[in-house]
Amino acid sequence: MISVADLKSGQKATITDISSESIPLKLLEMGCLPGNAVEVIKIAKIKDPLYLNINDTFLAIRLETARDILVKLIEE
Amino acid sequence: MRQINVALVGNPNTGKTSVFNSLTGLNQKVGNYPGITVEKKEGVAKLSRVLKAHIIDLPGTYSLNASSLDENIVIELLLNKNDKDYPDVVVVVSDIENLKRNLLLFTQIKDLGIPTILAINMADRMDRKGISLDVPKLETQLKTKIALISARKKTGFDNLKNLIANYKQISTEACCNASRVDTEYFGNLKKTFPNQNTYKLWLVITQDANFGNLDRNQIKSKTKSFEPKSKSELKRLQQKEIIARYTFINDTLKSTLTKDINAAKGLRASLDRLLMHRIWGYLIFAVILLLIFQVIYDWAAYPMDFIDESFAHFSEWTKHTLPAGQFTNLIAEGIIPGIGGIVIFIPQIAFLFLFISILEESGYMSRVVFLTDKIMKKFGLSGKSIVPLVSGTACAIPAVMASRNIENWKERLITILVIPFTTCSARLPVYLIIIALVIPDESFLGVFNYQGLVLLLLYFIGFGMAVFSAWLLHKIMKTSQKTYFVVEMPNYKVPIAKNVLITVLDKTKSFVFGAGKIILAISIILWVLASYGPNEKFKNAEDIVKTEVKTENLDLTQEELDTKISSYKLRHSYIGYMGKGIEPIVQPLGYDWKIGIAVISSFAAREVFVGTLATIYSVGSENEETIKQRMSKEVNPIIGGKLFNFASGISLLLFYAFAMQCMSTLAVVKRETNTWKWPIFQLVFMTGFAYIVSLIAYQLLK
Repeated sequence: MISVADLKSGQKATITDISSESIPLKLLEMGCLPGNAVEVIKIAKIKDPLYLNINDTFLAIRLETARDILVKLIEE
Repeated sequence: MRQINVALVGNPNTGKTSVFNSLTGLNQKVGNYPGITVEKKEGVAKLSRVLKAHIIDLPGTYSLNASSLDENIVIELLLNKNDKDYPDVVVVVSDIENLKRNLLLFTQIKDLGIPTILAINMADRMDRKGISLDVPKLETQLKTKIALISARKKTGFDNLKNLIANYKQISTEACCNASRVDTEYFGNLKKTFPNQNTYKLWLVITQDANFGNLDRNQIKSKTKSFEPKSKSELKRLQQKEIIARYTFINDTLKSTLTKDINAAKGLRASLDRLLMHRIWGYLIFAVILLLIFQVIYDWAAYPMDFIDESFAHFSEWTKHTLPAGQFTNLIAEGIIPGIGGIVIFIPQIAFLFLFISILEESGYMSRVVFLTDKIMKKFGLSGKSIVPLVSGTACAIPAVMASRNIENWKERLITILVIPFTTCSARLPVYLIIIALVIPDESFLGVFNYQGLVLLLLYFIGFGMAVFSAWLLHKIMKTSQKTYFVVEMPNYKVPIAKNVLITVLDKTKSFVFGAGKIILAISIILWVLASYGPNEKFKNAEDIVKTEVKTENLDLTQEELDTKISSYKLRHSYIGYMGKGIEPIVQPLGYDWKIGIAVISSFAAREVFVGTLATIYSVGSENEETIKQRMSKEVNPIIGGKLFNFASGISLLLFYAFAMQCMSTLAVVKRETNTWKWPIFQLVFMTGFAYIVSLIAYQLLK
């Protein structure tokens, strides 16, 4: 199992599960839900915070939060 | 004319405030919610000949699950039917590009049984973004009325006003009922409270806010039998609610919204590539900070000088025009300069907020937060704290006001508390004169001037102390709010001039009428203390000095005589005696009672220090050289030797670096935190710390 924190910049993945205990509700409200797509935006080469496109919403989260979002890589 | 209550609700970055500005124009006022520092914006719009709308612009929120004070306001109003602002109709403002996410909040509000209109902003961008929307079908599925509007192009507002006026025709039925999340649990809720809205009950149970007539404990005692046992189970239910709502929204939009994915999204990518770059991003931000600093430090000086001179002239004029007497003195020397002391801050405040609102409106501020988060989070500050901290180097007043834009309450408070440590421009006159007196004008290694080095060091000390106390407060302060970092990166937009101007106007007004009152009151008190004395010596100052001059056979010009009289008066005024009174306290720092007087009167503003010393030493002109020469001759009354020597000079520099010597800052902190607790804490902490540091410095160096 890999998390968003393991994705390289430019990679796309599908959210499979979220570790429900520690994840902020706000992230779910922004569309971070199982089944939705997530992409690490290539543009910002800064690793923490991460710049993401989740379900068409552009947002930044810290690396520690990214570990709670489990994903399956989309093969290109 | 009949009036209805309308609440504007919406996600951040949807242009909700632009919609508010378009509906109300300048017919709006900004206040505070009682007891907290969240801004309350309300205004009036005319809907028809017989109907007016009282509109509240509620803080931006992504959902009804509140995670900040601002968001609490939204639920508190929507759940409290007894609130005088309780809306007859809610307008959910969303933007076309993020419709999916915006609808989450819409379905939640709709579930409360309040008539809810959906206003879709930025509709003018639909073509360009390749978006098409089946409005009638969406209206049916969401059980509402939709207004396509554009705050930028000012279109669709007649339709929106029309829908608001006819709010009674809008269904109050939910479009996505929360009970589908857990039919058993919500069924039990309904059975226990048959007359209440189930979703409302659910919000009361899960949210940490105040709800007037709905008592959480009372509800909880009745729901014990079927209530989920643990907090995490409750959270799980909240998550299920969000998933259920998104499922509904996805199904709804599948048949009504089409997006041409190939449509351009180039601007965001290319700007981000530059502005969020590992190197360029920081460089550009540094340049912007420098520019802001330059503007409030340098450019603002022109209007400020003008204000300063105008008020001085006005004061003179009043003195000569009105009949002489106590009342005229109060007006000319107390009230007019007091008001001048408020107005003088307006250029800096206006300039700073011009920049900040452009940065916010354009979407750049979120990038700043992104760039600086890693450094700032170590000190318990937000990425947005950088702008106030740097502006504090010009003046703490606008800087404290600028911290309003920090969403998280703890980060906002810490920023406000540490700003006054940064070296503001009012410290400069004090620093310059003391440095000139006690630091040799020589070079170190032939390159670095000692005086320049000390000044630079003082700037570093100020900034370092700000950062250090931020870290300290971050460690000490307990907070019930969990801090996390989820920041939306909005699309870039050209700021709408009207919004920027309204922000600048609001901030200036809130300073003048909020903090201004306190500044005026304190400056009048200080004036009275300096213009009256407890005994005959003050009253008869003129005769006493004249006799003295005669007996000593001094040959003085009228001007010299006048300065001698004002010096005598100040020494025997209330402030003069207070200075003597605190002499035992300031003596261990290396000061005498004259410096004591200057310290007390410079509580109005630090730069007053120099002028007060000039008056005490009866130096006629405010020319720095003359004052300096006079100061260097001053002898320490207890131990002899020069009063302003290296030890006492360093002690004074450190005192002014750390002490809370600015009533206007205290007033603005009171205004921003809405309590005297924090300004008093600042005063005690900063001045106490300054005293200890100066004491140690003097005792070690003397």
